Amino acid sequence: MRAFRYARATDPGAAAALVTSQPDAVYLGGGTNLVDLMKLGVLRPGLVVDVSRLPYDRIEHLPDGGVLIGGAARNRRVAHDEGIRRRYPALARALLSGASGQIRSQATVAGNLLQRTRCPYFQNTATPCNKRDPGSGCSAIPGAHRDLGVIGTSEHCVATHPSDLAVALAAYDAVVEVRRPDGAEVLVPIGDLHRLPGDTPWIETVLEPGDLVTGVQLPPPPDGAVATYRKVRDRWSFAFATVSVAAVLSTDQVRLALGGVAPKPWRLTATERMLAGTDPSDDDVRAATRAAFTDARPLPENAFKIELAADLVAAVLRDLRTAGAVR
Amino acid sequence: MTDQLRGDVVLRVNGEDRVVNLDNRSTLLDALREHLRLTGTKKGCDHGQCGACTVLVDGERANSCLLLAVAAEGREVTTVEGLADEDELHPLQRAFIAHDGFQCGYCTPGQLCSAIGMLAEVADGMPSWISADLTATPDLDDDEIRERMSGNLCRCGAYAGIVAAIREVADG
Repeated sequence: MRAFRYARATDPGAAAALVTSQPDAVYLGGGTNLVDLMKLGVLRPGLVVDVSRLPYDRIEHLPDGGVLIGGAARNRRVAHDEGIRRRYPALARALLSGASGQIRSQATVAGNLLQRTRCPYFQNTATPCNKRDPGSGCSAIPGAHRDLGVIGTSEHCVATHPSDLAVALAAYDAVVEVRRPDGAEVLVPIGDLHRLPGDTPWIETVLEPGDLVTGVQLPPPPDGAVATYRKVRDRWSFAFATVSVAAVLSTDQVRLALGGVAPKPWRLTATERMLAGTDPSDDDVRAATRAAFTDARPLPENAFKIELAADLVAAVLRDLRTAGAVR
Repeated sequence: MTDQLRGDVVLRVNGEDRVVNLDNRSTLLDALREHLRLTGTKKGCDHGQCGACTVLVDGERANSCLLLAVAAEGREVTTVEGLADEDELHPLQRAFIAHDGFQCGYCTPGQLCSAIGMLAEVADGMPSWISADLTATPDLDDDEIRERMSGNLCRCGAYAGIVAAIREVADG
């Protein structure tokens, strides 16, 4: 690991001033991804600015039924919050499905949104990777891409965003609060936070240097909605999603977001429009889900994810209709 | 803010403040083992995947291999050495012996700290991914124990004894 200076921020302005003072400075939250990537040599910051103790750990339920969750709030605490469990069950389940008890206790909401892909080539400095080493090539496309993306990817990068939380936030139409270095607060819809790789896979979000994610805002869930998060993976627990879905269902609308298939949480807007207000059969749901993959770029080893997604969405919507929010 | 790449860090471990001079790169795990000579906490994968290094930080479970020691300053760290009450083992330690919850023992300190943090979560009403009802009082059956302890691997495969030991303490 490269040697680095460390500063514990006491206010956000000072934190932003520090992190913009040199190009190789980074913010530190829970560290569960950043410290690992530093050990691997994937990230080599010269200055680490610890923002985990800034006062952004609130979980505030609003009179209108929405909720504000601070960027420094730890995943375990958010999943445990009674109002989140009652009103945003897909969010609680997404968090509970992620990583291990140890990691959930330390990981923060902001860090979760900004965590990096688990593409094995990104994490291995001995292999080419356009995201880690621009222009070096993508090892995954001709290599082990079974766990990687099928849509929103490019000829330069097929990495997926690994967050479960972000997928649930997408289904709840969350908005990300960002503090600019000059103190201005801007709001970024969760679907706009992450960028698709295109020709510049090393640029992963719309954030500018010094921007700090201070929280997420969730509007009230639709009246009478039921919701859940389901995750298909290679082992029972402590694994990233092969494909996951967050579903929010009410009498007049359905919202669906997928994980494990794209460089960002992937809302199925076309599918949602086809299914809203209908009483579809499983086959209808499968067809409507496949329709969202018209522009997909599946690779030989991961093309199965499209059919898996279709089955998963059908199963989850069937269960939500018949039994309420269940796993 | 310091221009230094290392410095004095005050770590509060098992109820005692300890001052150590550390490179900023030091993880809490390495600070515990190499500087404080608290070698009960074990280094397994060193990447947060095996749980051997689990300690309690402010009462919650943490992989000490993923925490920078300097970032743990001011937080209350409990290691396996801090579980017993002098010569009186923690009830979970006694249960691991009674149920043979280990073979080589390398994962045991992490299993113990993780289980203590997990049982506190359950006592506080925390559901798990497999809980059918997110708002009900948790019913800690064996599947729930396995799910909640999935961050701790045991390569000897002593899981049956580990689950039995945790079950005994959970049932009081």
